[in-house]
Amino acid sequence: MAPIGGPGSLFEFEAVESEPVAEFSSGAPTRRRRIRWWRLVVLVLAGVYFLIPIYAGLKFSFENVAGHLSDQAFRDLPSAPGFTAALTLSLKLALATVVISTVLMVPTSIYVHVRVPQLRRLLDVVTVLPIVIPPIVLIVGVLGAFPQWAKASPYLLSFMYVILAMPFVYRSLDAGLGAIDLKTLAEASRSLGGNWFKTLWRVILPNIRPALLSATVLTLALVFGEYTMASLDLWTTIPVWIVQFNTSSNGHIQVAASMLGLVGTWILLVLVVSLDRSQSRRSRRKLGA
Amino acid sequence: MAPFVIYSFLGLGIPALAVIYEAFRGDSGGWTLSNVNEIVHGVFLTGFENSLKLGLLSALIPGVLGVFLAYAIQTSKSNTLRRLSATASGVLANFGGINLTFIFIATLGSTGVLTYWLQDLGIKLTSIGFNLYSFSGVLVVYMYFQLPLMVLVITPALGGLRANWREAAENMGASSWRYWLHVGVPVLLPSILGGMLLLFGSAFAAYATAETLTLGLIALSPIQIGNFLNGNVIAGQTHVGYAIAFGMLIILAITMIVYSLVRKRASKWLQ
Repeated sequence: MAPIGGPGSLFEFEAVESEPVAEFSSGAPTRRRRIRWWRLVVLVLAGVYFLIPIYAGLKFSFENVAGHLSDQAFRDLPSAPGFTAALTLSLKLALATVVISTVLMVPTSIYVHVRVPQLRRLLDVVTVLPIVIPPIVLIVGVLGAFPQWAKASPYLLSFMYVILAMPFVYRSLDAGLGAIDLKTLAEASRSLGGNWFKTLWRVILPNIRPALLSATVLTLALVFGEYTMASLDLWTTIPVWIVQFNTSSNGHIQVAASMLGLVGTWILLVLVVSLDRSQSRRSRRKLGA
Repeated sequence: MAPFVIYSFLGLGIPALAVIYEAFRGDSGGWTLSNVNEIVHGVFLTGFENSLKLGLLSALIPGVLGVFLAYAIQTSKSNTLRRLSATASGVLANFGGINLTFIFIATLGSTGVLTYWLQDLGIKLTSIGFNLYSFSGVLVVYMYFQLPLMVLVITPALGGLRANWREAAENMGASSWRYWLHVGVPVLLPSILGGMLLLFGSAFAAYATAETLTLGLIALSPIQIGNFLNGNVIAGQTHVGYAIAFGMLIILAITMIVYSLVRKRASKWLQ
């Protein structure tokens, strides 16, 4: 995920909202208290473990070189040498990745859902491969096998990011398409005289907007966090810039940039989680009707 | 469908095949086993051993702790807490990479916040054998996304533990311990193992955090592959990097096969 960009994970946004394990009615009150005490310890320890690094990151970001409270690091960031170039490159790669990914994955997912549902299992398997084969292995193979002209372009990274994003993008689209009555919609559109393009553009796409949005957001988070491939392909994207930034001049800028990346990713991901929730609520309503 | 097949072949098939092909090619052409022979000896073998150790430890520790944490969250009466931790786990599990490196340098580095706090309490991190820029540091940092990942994976399985099983055990006079020993743990075991295999795979293959934290100085297989690509290679060994990648592919393939078997078993209780 990495994340994104980091260790792969794709299982995250599945239904986590299950019912609580029913509290046990026959237990004696003393034992119940013990259970609660145990739970409190676990939760507090976990809270401390997850919050201290965030606190430390914030503290470092809002400190100047002299150790006083200041927003200097954030004000210095845009003018730091190389930052603008790295940001421009990352933005270009992000745009290219989102466009290629959408153009490739949306028609494929729709086609498989409508015409050949038997192939869904195959797609499940193929789109999980980028998690099994880690980015470090993929980039070795790419740099070993691809022609020089391809390796000379930064967009080779976009090409590979589409692959890395496949697990998220496909799962997101698959869930979105599963939540609507695709077949009926497509047939209704055709019987009203719509050609396939109109059906796609005016009927299907508006109906899977939350899925499209969450696929896009996950792709963006991936591109802005990916380090392995970018650094080994020798392109200075934002994460590579942060790492290469000369610490001796100001280490606070590095932490501040990381904190920005972190908070940005969190906002994006919280958005995705709430989108997924609204979508699963919608599909539940559909099933109930 | 055709564009998708071509695209995945170019982006997944070709690189994977290239790794396998080059792993068995000599530096001056021709087929050879010397690259593969190279990686099961000396420093590259150490790399695999360390990576396996890192994978196992960061599967076991967050794996076990994650079950307790997920149970504590799930049995909580607070709806807000459960919803909040579901979102937080989803976000944190996706959070690896280099940002994590710098946040932890700010926390546990030589001038880190927690380092100072512990110093005030009279604990020196170096004297208890902890060094953020080495194996122990990488392990602690990985837990930051491994623990939430385990919580996410195990929560649905915990939901599959039915209250009436526990009541039945109680009615027959079983203590809490015996319930867990004979019912709870056996039912959860396939799911726990499945989760741990995922954690193993993600820690075994991760590159960015370990690379930036240790500046590429730690002997882990992914880092060694990176060193080959960065050109830090002894002459006449340019193909060894492919062989390491090939070795990683094999280990990950075995992991995924075991995972899918365990998963099948786990789904039995989750209907």
